[in-house]
Amino acid sequence: MAEKSIQWFKFASPARFYDLTGRLVWGFGILAAVLFVVGLYMGFVLAPPDYQQGNSYRIIFIHVPSAWMAMFLYVVMAIYAAVGLIWRIKTAEIMAKAIAPTGALMAFLALWTGAVWGKPTWGAFWVWDARLTSSLILFFMYLGFIALHAAIEDRQRAANASAVLALVGIINVPIIYFSVHWWNTLHQGATIKATSAPSMAAIMFFTVIVMVFAYWMYSIAAVLARARLELLEREKHAAWVSERLNLPRTKETPHA
Amino acid sequence: MLINLPLLRRDLTLALRRPQDALTVVGFFVVVVALFPLGVGPDPQLLRILAPGVLWVAALLATMLALERLFMDDYRDGSLEQLLIAPEPLAFLVLSKVLAHWLITGLPLVLISPLLGIQLGLQSEEILMMAIALLIGTPILSLIGAIGAALTLGLRGGGVLISLLILPLYVPTLILGAGAVDAVMHGLSAQAHLSLLGALLILAVMLTPWATAAALRIMLD
Repeated sequence: MAEKSIQWFKFASPARFYDLTGRLVWGFGILAAVLFVVGLYMGFVLAPPDYQQGNSYRIIFIHVPSAWMAMFLYVVMAIYAAVGLIWRIKTAEIMAKAIAPTGALMAFLALWTGAVWGKPTWGAFWVWDARLTSSLILFFMYLGFIALHAAIEDRQRAANASAVLALVGIINVPIIYFSVHWWNTLHQGATIKATSAPSMAAIMFFTVIVMVFAYWMYSIAAVLARARLELLEREKHAAWVSERLNLPRTKETPHA
Repeated sequence: MLINLPLLRRDLTLALRRPQDALTVVGFFVVVVALFPLGVGPDPQLLRILAPGVLWVAALLATMLALERLFMDDYRDGSLEQLLIAPEPLAFLVLSKVLAHWLITGLPLVLISPLLGIQLGLQSEEILMMAIALLIGTPILSLIGAIGAALTLGLRGGGVLISLLILPLYVPTLILGAGAVDAVMHGLSAQAHLSLLGALLILAVMLTPWATAAALRIMLD
């Protein structure tokens, strides 16, 4: 058991993490670009117009994946935050911090595309509908996490404090979600259900799937790229950084 | 013992020696509610419909305003650090402090709410329901808010930051609390709202003191 956990935590060492992700960033980035091109081609050229909503429905190909990613990334962020808080793993703390801006971006995209879709469909850019509202609250929670991180100068303390916030948030997310749903629901019912066949054309369904993977790959690439930079900044006095960046070894300056 | 009585008595005594702190919060609550009719017009029908939401949002903001002081004085004079090294679990001490804080700043809001309800044209059952919902709901606000107060301890601009951290977490309480009054207004039973609000309170009592204690240890270590 102990050996197995060492295998996993091996990549938690900053230098190894940096080396491994250097290649992964490119891999995921290229994959994301390819999937975006394929997915958008399928969505805007191959997929037929909807018989009710015409062409305006096509925005779901960028709306649905971003809404999913926004929710999912919060969970991943909270898990990394918990790992960082419990096992004191620096790379996990950095990952949690690196996920937050991508998550906020996804929540914002979901809100924006939702509003753009809402105008032709509901006749208004903003409707106080349950899902829009809970996405808005999720967006605020990302902003709170980022703001708390930014407000605390000591990096270690910032990481720990925002980890507590993320964990409190993750317990609250389902409560908020259900209370907002209970409060009001006007949104069209879920179109993709796990239990029954989707009530949309196969091409539309596959397009959504391709786009979801594209968003995944993009998010992983963006998060890793951000985490690498953060890691370099936090470890700037470590020997491995000067080695990797071919910097002349400077005199060890004490931490400010 | 879940509640530390000496700590509770100390906090209450300190608050009674400086009653203006508690009165400021009540004053804020009353003024915010009084501003709404000036903003939306004096139509009694409209005001009655808006009343549950207005009262609840004002209560949320008033609680928020009071939160900064929850740990601040103890933090400044160093007694918070003594609490951290006390042999008792910090979460229990936090619970005592939050209880004292609620008695000083939350309970007065509950007690003054019927007066504001009358001002906004609520009927007697609605006023009663508003007071009951606030009685169950404001402790939740104080408990969740304590986490934010601990996380922003000693930060510059902590007061603004705390609202960004905590207000999203207040959403379920707001929905259920205002919903209870709404239900009564429409002749429905508010049982479901009150039950869920009670469930939230139990959950908050069980979980938030631990999160607050963890946050305090992080911010003071």
